[in-house]
Amino acid sequence: MRSRTLAKRRAALAAAAVLPLLLSACSAGSLGSSSGDGSATTIKLLVDNAPDNLQAAKQLAKDFQAENPKIRVSVETRPGGTDGDNLIKTRLQTGSMADVFSYNTGSLFQQIDPTKNLAPITRDPYVKRLDKSFLPQVTVGDQTYGVPFGSALGGGVLYNKKVYAKLGLTVPKTWAQFIANSKKIKAAGIAPVIQTYQDTWTSQLLVLGDFHNVAAAEPDFAEKFTANKAKFATDANAAKGFAYLEQIHDLKLQNPDYASATLVKGLQMLATGRGAQYPMLSTVIGAIKTSNPDQLDDIGFFALPGDDAAANGLTAWFPNAFYVPKSTTGDKLTAVRKFLAFTASPTGCTSQAKASTPTGPYLVEGCTLPSDVPAITKDVAAYFTHDAQSPALEFLSPVKGPSLEQICVQVGSGITGAKSGAALYDKDVRKQAQQLGLPGW
Amino acid sequence: MTTVVPTGPPAAEQPKLATRTRRSAQTHSPYPTWFYLPAAVIYGTLFLVPTFASFYFSLTRWTVFRSTFIGLDNFTEFFQEPALVKGFVNTFLYAVATSGLKVVLGLLLGILLTSQIRARGYLRSVVFFPVLVSTVGVGITFTALMDPSTGAINSALSAVGINGPGWLTDPSLALFSVALVDVWKGVGLATVIYIAGIVSIPQDYYEAARIDGAGPWQLFRNVILPLSWPATSTVIVLSLIGGLRSFDLIWAMTRGGPGFSSDVVASVIYKQYQAGFYGLSTAGNVILFLVVTAIIVPLSRFLALKEVER
Repeated sequence: MRSRTLAKRRAALAAAAVLPLLLSACSAGSLGSSSGDGSATTIKLLVDNAPDNLQAAKQLAKDFQAENPKIRVSVETRPGGTDGDNLIKTRLQTGSMADVFSYNTGSLFQQIDPTKNLAPITRDPYVKRLDKSFLPQVTVGDQTYGVPFGSALGGGVLYNKKVYAKLGLTVPKTWAQFIANSKKIKAAGIAPVIQTYQDTWTSQLLVLGDFHNVAAAEPDFAEKFTANKAKFATDANAAKGFAYLEQIHDLKLQNPDYASATLVKGLQMLATGRGAQYPMLSTVIGAIKTSNPDQLDDIGFFALPGDDAAANGLTAWFPNAFYVPKSTTGDKLTAVRKFLAFTASPTGCTSQAKASTPTGPYLVEGCTLPSDVPAITKDVAAYFTHDAQSPALEFLSPVKGPSLEQICVQVGSGITGAKSGAALYDKDVRKQAQQLGLPGW
Repeated sequence: MTTVVPTGPPAAEQPKLATRTRRSAQTHSPYPTWFYLPAAVIYGTLFLVPTFASFYFSLTRWTVFRSTFIGLDNFTEFFQEPALVKGFVNTFLYAVATSGLKVVLGLLLGILLTSQIRARGYLRSVVFFPVLVSTVGVGITFTALMDPSTGAINSALSAVGINGPGWLTDPSLALFSVALVDVWKGVGLATVIYIAGIVSIPQDYYEAARIDGAGPWQLFRNVILPLSWPATSTVIVLSLIGGLRSFDLIWAMTRGGPGFSSDVVASVIYKQYQAGFYGLSTAGNVILFLVVTAIIVPLSRFLALKEVER
């Protein structure tokens, strides 16, 4: 008796709860069809909150919607850096990822377990338009998972062209020339090498940006490194990046406030000529454009020089990519594929270039750079045109130690020497390799 | 009879405990057993399960997507972590320095603010004010103030002809600077505890001591210090626990830098988590839990013992 009344009451409750849902569903449907876009699909796009990327994503969404009035793209943001990594991993794991999202290519891409979490797009026609240097960065086994969002970028040295002209310097092709230039700049009372350790990540460029030189001297380094057969501390070529950091500190070539300076401050120093050279990624163009728009074209770019002038070339970083999680299905998946096709097309490139300044070439067939790009972009693109570039180590090997930035700060501040810094990094790297379950570690 | 039925599952898990509660419920608890169920469910899902899950995950290599059981490897790895040894040393230095300074300054401020001075109420609230401010806000503010070239502190020092150090950028000073800020922020709480302790000392003791001819120093040494012992032990335990698990202020001010020179155990753990080494960072948390317990339990026993002897 008691249980039967309970059941009845429960049924009534359930009906009461569902009724408004039904009603609202009805009204939404009828409203939709009366206004004429009842079949509109909304897809959610998740990008990081860096202003350049956000602007480009919004512009892409806008131009895509203009071409496809039946699809709406709503742009959501996430934090960048490691917080963003954890957010991406959590949302993928809980199946709550947006319909399409941007994330790093290369080693970080391997860490989100693409085969388990992402929908492959290998057979889609637009994949054929992607640059062949880019494809391995978004491919696991024989499946491809992403299209590039943004342009490639270079890691090297940003330099103030006015300072160089005033002191009669030429772009260095070897590290010895770089040091010689720096000494002359120091004699002129200008900070030769800008370092900004308040933003720790900026300290890594002398190590990471040197990889073209490592690869030129030792083409199989990345392979041996991944297989635990080459170490930064013991490999003569790889150890040089750390030695460079030690050297600029020992020769006092850094700006005096290197320990407390920030990226923004460093860029201002460079733009105003208080500093002459800044080892950096070309991705900071947007930031210079915001802080010192009038001086943007005073700044040029050269690849970090090594020992061999003949092998001089650029260490290249690949852009982020758009990926589709497995949780996207049905109409949304069709819509997302259209969006990816649009992104990986010349119109898509133009759309992105409208909203954010390209930092290097776009890696899609048929895309060209606008003629009014800043000098930095032209300098970076020239290395690609002359094919004098190789990808950074993080695009050739899934192994990248998370503490490199702190270790570089230590070496660059003279807290530890180059040798022990490199050895410390090797230990850091081991953890990452074990976490990834790579053989041989 | 029917009321007992819902306790079936917990009874299966912990038969001994369940029988005991059931018996006591029948004897003198005014509440039926099911009355405890909501709290037990919340406690179980939000505290017990995660705690035991964390013990398990600390034994695995965990990528969020999959976990591999690797035994105690995470613990050996964690103890080989180059930053960890420094982190432990720094944690103890930080905890001892902050709690020591808080005891000394808190006691002195407590005495000052219980004496007959002008604007006492106002001064009391001024001392307490930093406790109310967000730690991260304090951290960011002091990072700006302590900037070696543009910060207010060094500008003030250079006005009197002193070349101020790089408070947060000098590797040997960074941790000490953060500890000072922690003391500034936390001393208000210590002071309030001391004020309560000192005020509760009966006037008779002072009178008796004065009749015996005690001066101010002897009053302090033989009356205030021993009789405010409960306050001292509370301040020590609170600030030591706070110091051992300190993270927010250090992270806001130096992120463990420059390099690893101001890393503490908690920031080392956080960095492992950031890097995606979830198993390793969970192992670190288990270690931190054990270390804090191993220090605080005997310490609070010891302090309580001294209190009784008084």
